[in-house]
Amino acid sequence: MTRLPQIGLLPDGKRLHLQDGPIDLVIEANGAEGDVRAAYQAAARRFTGLLDELCRELVELRRPAELARCTLKGVVARRMHAAVAPFAAEQFITPMAAVAGSVAEEILGAMLDAARLQRAYVNNGGDIALHLTGGAQFAIGLMDRPDRHGLMRTIDIEADDPARGIATSGRHGRSFSLGIADAVTVLARTASQADAAATIIANAVDLPGHPAIARCPAHDLQPDSDLGARLVTRDVGAIGASEVDEALRAGASRARQLLAAGLIEGAALRLLGETVEVGAKGIGTQALPALNGSAAERAMHV
Amino acid sequence: MTDATTAGGDKIRCDACPVMCYIKPGAAGACDRYANHDGELVRVDPHIVLERTVSHGGRLVPFQAGGDWDGKLVHEPSVFVTAIGAGTTYPDYKPAPFIVSSEIDGVDMVTVVTEGIFSYCGVKVKIDTDRYLGPETATVRAQGEAIGHVTTSEYGSQMLSLGGVHHLTGGSKKEGRVTCDALMDLSNCKPVELTIDGGATVVVQAGYPPIVNGVAEERMRVGCGSATIGMFAKQWHGKVDEVVVVDDHITGVLSEHQAGKLLDIPDTGIKMKGRRSTPGRYFQVADPGTGWGGTNISDPLSVLGPFNPKEARPGLTMLMVSTTGEHAAYYELDDALRPVEKPMPPDLRFSVERIQENCEPALCTVLFMGGAGGSLRAGVTDNPVRLTRSVKDALTRVTSGGAPVYVWPGGGITFMVDVTQMPAGAFGYVPTPALVAPIEFTLRLSDYAALGGHMDHVRPLASLRDNTELRPMPYIPGRQA
Repeated sequence: MTRLPQIGLLPDGKRLHLQDGPIDLVIEANGAEGDVRAAYQAAARRFTGLLDELCRELVELRRPAELARCTLKGVVARRMHAAVAPFAAEQFITPMAAVAGSVAEEILGAMLDAARLQRAYVNNGGDIALHLTGGAQFAIGLMDRPDRHGLMRTIDIEADDPARGIATSGRHGRSFSLGIADAVTVLARTASQADAAATIIANAVDLPGHPAIARCPAHDLQPDSDLGARLVTRDVGAIGASEVDEALRAGASRARQLLAAGLIEGAALRLLGETVEVGAKGIGTQALPALNGSAAERAMHV
Repeated sequence: MTDATTAGGDKIRCDACPVMCYIKPGAAGACDRYANHDGELVRVDPHIVLERTVSHGGRLVPFQAGGDWDGKLVHEPSVFVTAIGAGTTYPDYKPAPFIVSSEIDGVDMVTVVTEGIFSYCGVKVKIDTDRYLGPETATVRAQGEAIGHVTTSEYGSQMLSLGGVHHLTGGSKKEGRVTCDALMDLSNCKPVELTIDGGATVVVQAGYPPIVNGVAEERMRVGCGSATIGMFAKQWHGKVDEVVVVDDHITGVLSEHQAGKLLDIPDTGIKMKGRRSTPGRYFQVADPGTGWGGTNISDPLSVLGPFNPKEARPGLTMLMVSTTGEHAAYYELDDALRPVEKPMPPDLRFSVERIQENCEPALCTVLFMGGAGGSLRAGVTDNPVRLTRSVKDALTRVTSGGAPVYVWPGGGITFMVDVTQMPAGAFGYVPTPALVAPIEFTLRLSDYAALGGHMDHVRPLASLRDNTELRPMPYIPGRQA
């Protein structure tokens, strides 16, 4: 029996939901009715078989990326490689660090090839590819922790901003982190770049050797993890306020390097209730009204 | 249906998709949808259909989101849609994420499934122990932050009241965050270490014995000292001259107690310290502590004064025992009428074991308590107060994660639920901070329409079958689904 992805509209009748194996996409397009339909059809068409395509090269995608050479064949696999290549020279990274963003980008590309859209997004579990034209904008909610509900704040992205990709990484998400950040959200020109950079920055938010941080080899948890025997963060115990600052400073310094290299547009780093922002206008300036300050507390009494 | 192959060791290999993850026991695959539960591949998606027979036989409803749906679930009244993972918004101005209708026995039922954000919420913790945990009203802390207080002692148990809006949003940011984390962990049946100002450190986990100052509690006391005398007087009659049941609350003395009098047990000349309440019942024989019977004593003779030579005689026998039977000693008076410890005769040893046997296992129990007083109700109906009235009139049944709740009389919908009855991981949080808990309102469709329900959002239960976010309840021993 041929395995087909789950394809359906969410209960609101507006957003498209595509799911296959570990890939979960929530998609929304704005435009003329016919265009939206064409875009959704194109998304579903491109999505069908995409996971199989990736899995054919899964063994190589799980190996450390080489800077100079890419022997991968699939277009998504090659995009993943391109996104992590800038980091490959100085540290361990596999193309898997950019899988979610690269898939989101691919699907959005298929939609835009098929239809004229004012605005669209493909959200792959928090790694998001954006399309914006004219006066369109997106209000993006930043999550406090990827494993829980709740928004920390919002940022607005407008058509004339360079960012078309957003990604969040941290120790609570589906993927393992080598660092201790609760969430690192990155804006970049593409979703695949944002995905790779979020991984790199989240890994840098760290207190190496700290006794209160429990780590264990990734393959003890997931036997086929691309991280192999590398120690991934399992739990963060009691750490002091100055240590939180220290870890955030380490991450922010890495983020500033990526910003200077043009690899990201901005980042918000979150650890144990503290947040640091780097670059990009907008990040951190617009708190979500319903979840901020005393007005929110008054409103929150259900 | 997806199958898994055993891939050597305890890993299984999932073949639900071409990623073909190896999954270790207790872990999930890359998708977080399939997991290895005791060597079996199970679905673990965000939305839960609770199959009530799980509690009786542990049988799981196979996941059947594919095309071979046989429709059976829809007609099984035992299937219940829980709110876990339904998602919510705050404030709740939008219709609840799932308003499900299902045809059951010809009655069109509707379940309004939402996750409520409870900033007015807390947990009531009952800790079965006679050990002294701390003074009433003392502050209870987690990670050094105040998250609640010690409240009244109940029969054989110490009650804590944790959380509430004061600690969640009234104090420092850190206090709110720590309180929220502690409430969520307690509600999700995880262990939490609590320290009580001027008292003990206790590890509390719903459904498990408390660990007081590093020692796991085993049993509740059988009763207070006086009650213990009443329960066992007949069994002691003729085997020992005097029995003292040492208890922090009421220490009982057999020869003076009403139960002893009825058996014509003669006076022994015993002299108790503490304050006599009624004959054979003494308050405050010692200070509270973690020694005998919840007192601070390690030598039980310290609660006795000298025997009165008018009634006492050399060779008089005496059993001293705590209310759990955990501590016991046997004495005989010497020629100077001083009690001297002797090996305990077998039939008295038997009575001590009988006390132990009658002590129930000590547990921590956690009741989540939240109030759905305001906007949450608007997700259910456009006239919120009618939902409240409907609940009060018993037309609407309220459940939390499928578990029965007690709705506190009075205004609003304030409910309590035993967290061990709820599915695993039922609670979440928002950074307000406040807890996210599932709540379901079940009522007849006609009643739902009458109270101003969002009829245009009602979905037939069958429509949920296409929802990819559906999972059977994993069976967890010790939990009731």
